[in-house]
Amino acid sequence: MSKRIEVKDLNVYYSKFLAVEGVNIEIEPRSVTAFIGPSGCGKSTFLRTLNRMHEVIPGARVEGEVLIDGDDLYGPGVDPVLVRRQVGMVFQRPNPFPTMSIRDNVLAGVKLNNRRMSKSEADTLVEQSLQGANLWNEVKDRLDRPGSGLSGGQQQRLCIARAIAVSPDVLLMDEPCSALDPISTLAIEDLIEELKQDYTIVIVTHNMQQASRVSDKTAFFNIAGTGKPGKLIEYSDTTTIFSNPTVQATEDYVSGRFG
Amino acid sequence: MTTAPAPIKAKARLGDLVFSRSAVFAGSMILVALAAVAIFLIVQAIPALFATNEEASILETNFWSYVGPLVFGTVWAAAIALVFAVPISIGIALFISHYAPRRLAAVLGYIVDLLAAVPSVVFGLWGIGVFAPAVVPVYAWLNEYLGWIPLFGGTASATGRTILTAAMVLAVMILPIMTAICREVFLQTPVLHEEAALALGATRWEMVRMAVLPFGRSGIVSASVLGLGRALGETMAVAMVLSASQVVTFELLTSVNPTTIAANIALSFPEAYGLNVNVLIATGLILFIVTFAVNAVARWIVDRRKEFSGAN
Amino acid sequence: MTATETAQTSAPGSGTPGGTPKGGIPSALTAGHLKPRTPWLILVGSLALSAIVFGVLATGTGEYNWAGALIVGLIVYAFAVWLFSYLVEGRRRATDRLVTAIVTGAFLLAMAPLISVAYTVVSLGLNRFDLEFFTSSMRNVTGEGGGALHAIVGTLLMTGAAAIISIPIGLMTSIYLVEYGRGKLARGITFLVDVMTGIPSIVAGLFAYALFALFFGPGIRLGIAGAVALSILMIPVVVRSSEEMLRLVPNELREASYALGVPKWLTIVKVVLPTSIAGIVTGIMLSIARVIGETAPLLIAAGFTQSMNYNLFEGRMQSLPVYVYTQYANQGNPASAYLDRAWAAALTLILIVMLLNLAGRLIAKFFAPKFGR
Repeated sequence: MSKRIEVKDLNVYYSKFLAVEGVNIEIEPRSVTAFIGPSGCGKSTFLRTLNRMHEVIPGARVEGEVLIDGDDLYGPGVDPVLVRRQVGMVFQRPNPFPTMSIRDNVLAGVKLNNRRMSKSEADTLVEQSLQGANLWNEVKDRLDRPGSGLSGGQQQRLCIARAIAVSPDVLLMDEPCSALDPISTLAIEDLIEELKQDYTIVIVTHNMQQASRVSDKTAFFNIAGTGKPGKLIEYSDTTTIFSNPTVQATEDYVSGRFG
Repeated sequence: MTTAPAPIKAKARLGDLVFSRSAVFAGSMILVALAAVAIFLIVQAIPALFATNEEASILETNFWSYVGPLVFGTVWAAAIALVFAVPISIGIALFISHYAPRRLAAVLGYIVDLLAAVPSVVFGLWGIGVFAPAVVPVYAWLNEYLGWIPLFGGTASATGRTILTAAMVLAVMILPIMTAICREVFLQTPVLHEEAALALGATRWEMVRMAVLPFGRSGIVSASVLGLGRALGETMAVAMVLSASQVVTFELLTSVNPTTIAANIALSFPEAYGLNVNVLIATGLILFIVTFAVNAVARWIVDRRKEFSGAN
Repeated sequence: MTATETAQTSAPGSGTPGGTPKGGIPSALTAGHLKPRTPWLILVGSLALSAIVFGVLATGTGEYNWAGALIVGLIVYAFAVWLFSYLVEGRRRATDRLVTAIVTGAFLLAMAPLISVAYTVVSLGLNRFDLEFFTSSMRNVTGEGGGALHAIVGTLLMTGAAAIISIPIGLMTSIYLVEYGRGKLARGITFLVDVMTGIPSIVAGLFAYALFALFFGPGIRLGIAGAVALSILMIPVVVRSSEEMLRLVPNELREASYALGVPKWLTIVKVVLPTSIAGIVTGIMLSIARVIGETAPLLIAAGFTQSMNYNLFEGRMQSLPVYVYTQYANQGNPASAYLDRAWAAALTLILIVMLLNLAGRLIAKFFAPKFGR
């Protein structure tokens, strides 16, 4: 279920503008990797290239290789739609489908792809996924209510349940807690800790305490200035990054002496 | 591709292809439809341009002398309609946006929009049956006491079915669209500007004059031009209300009135035959070109002011 | 709170017309004010004055002119309130009151035709708003009796056909513009949709006629030609409203769907469209309401007839608006029978338009998804 990600010499362009340059990174399965760095340093852009979501933006393109257990995501003839079924994503703001009930939201990935499923199978999947997202006990009595009626933190966990219902190998999270209150954030962080048993998790965060709490490894991205491409500065064990970084810029950033 | 256990296979996605192709097709249909409108009108119009009164019985001499008074009537009626509609629609829009209680604003806007729901043929019927008789005494009065102004000269119509009546009905018909646009722009006035004006001790009218009207000027202009476009093309109300003849006159109150292109087509087309049909289509082409130009100007004004979106 | 209201409430009970405050404590901030109810008294006074003057005039002609009395009364009010305010409150406040009166007057002035039209249509339309009107055509009817069934059927058929042509093209075009459209083609289409919005309805009628005359010879009048003319008018409205609705769907929802490995077309069909469907349906209803009242294009392209015609592709077809027009234009004997039918048809038409408008707005209100957070 959980796969290893290898990125080799990756450049990301928006039309002619080079947004991220020369990233090499290896992400282990069953681990949590945090991307930190200042705003605009390209960490979200880079995250999106891991499931080809950047292609939604017109003009965005990529050079280099992203290997998931050896398969190149950017190889000839690779279908981005199939990539995204293996690499799930959770977004900054919770975005359940407003026209669907909680149950349908969890089943969205299955139903939207026109896959047939018996009712008992669907019930099992809903329960499993909501259990997996620590949401089952809170919503099991109102599965047919609209998903938009939940609180922000519950909505975000619903989105996580929706992402894991299609059983991906990798779970990408783009600042999943930035729109949530501290209590909901804690619930999500606990959830990440559990999910890492089954998935390779990559999380982008602005919150360094969060990175140090949840991640095994941390990657620090930075830019030299506006208009310059973002680069991977340092990638190491989280404890090393936060206590004993090798690069000065990393130390400045994690100790708050940045800028 | 490597020999991994679950290789990612490429798949030509038929659904995507069909769907995007049909979307492009539908979009192109609009291109085709508009091109067809232009081409068919031009093809049918060309014989009329060189027709004589022997070939087409509705012509007195040639096409251009036929269409001249019609163009005049069209522009004249639309211009009078604008003279009424512009100040009134600005007034209504201001009333809704800045004078009426906030809670009522949406309801009042909806009531004004109801005017747009009345079909033009009903306005025509109302124009002849109710409005024209009602204004006869006013016209008589204007003619008697202000007859020395050329506009009010001549012999006042006994039926009230004059170009002034038709223009006023037109004004009522273009009010909703103009009001809607003006209202939208006025509501977009930055609150900071309004508060700045009020903080200087301005009365409400001074605030409107200092903050709202300058901000909404281009909106007012584009509303007027769009209203003009509507008024130029409006058919039935004019065709029914106006007692028409092919003349060029600026007198507003007499029973001898210039008619408009659209109304003339509606009245003459059902009985037209042979080249007469082509003559009428050629006048329609001219109307098309005029409204096209007017709408292009309106668009240009709207585009110049990007933050105001929604020409309709 | 606006300037005038603030000023009025800040000095309650102070100020009588023509003087400085007598009752309350004078302060630097209390200038001369009209009492809140003074303008209303002026209004009543002006209307009464005007009513009396018109009453005197009416003794000569015997007919009382309500509209004239009202309009003159309001004009008198505007001047009177300006004069009072000028004397008590000064020039600036007086101008403000005058403008308030004018702006309110503009609104009332616009209400006058609306009320008049509504009253006339209902009162005159009810004369023949009976069973026979809805169950018979005008075939072999001269004088009284007869109905508008053929016109109602024709309107439904032609508007329905126009909708069948316009909705797929309009909706798919808006999907193209929002989801796929880039570059020159999209900009060109946007521009042409704008151009189409401005096509005069009679020109659409001429186009449909010219199109069908090319294939079937001159003098052709068909129901389907009327439908084509209507769809030329309807397509741009459908495109505009659907485009607006599709753009309201947050991009996050599309991304969420893509991230689940859903192809683009399924994302559009199953996420974007369901989210915006209420607004789209509303737009379509309003566009139907707009074209269902069109007279000129149908007069040109579909002609008029006295008989039932269920076949869009064969022969002339009557419609409600054209029925109104022909009943008025070709009055027989007695004329009142024809005018009564015209008004009854006008009432029917307005009711249909109102129902469509109302249904559209209700759909928008009750079925719109909530983007609750």
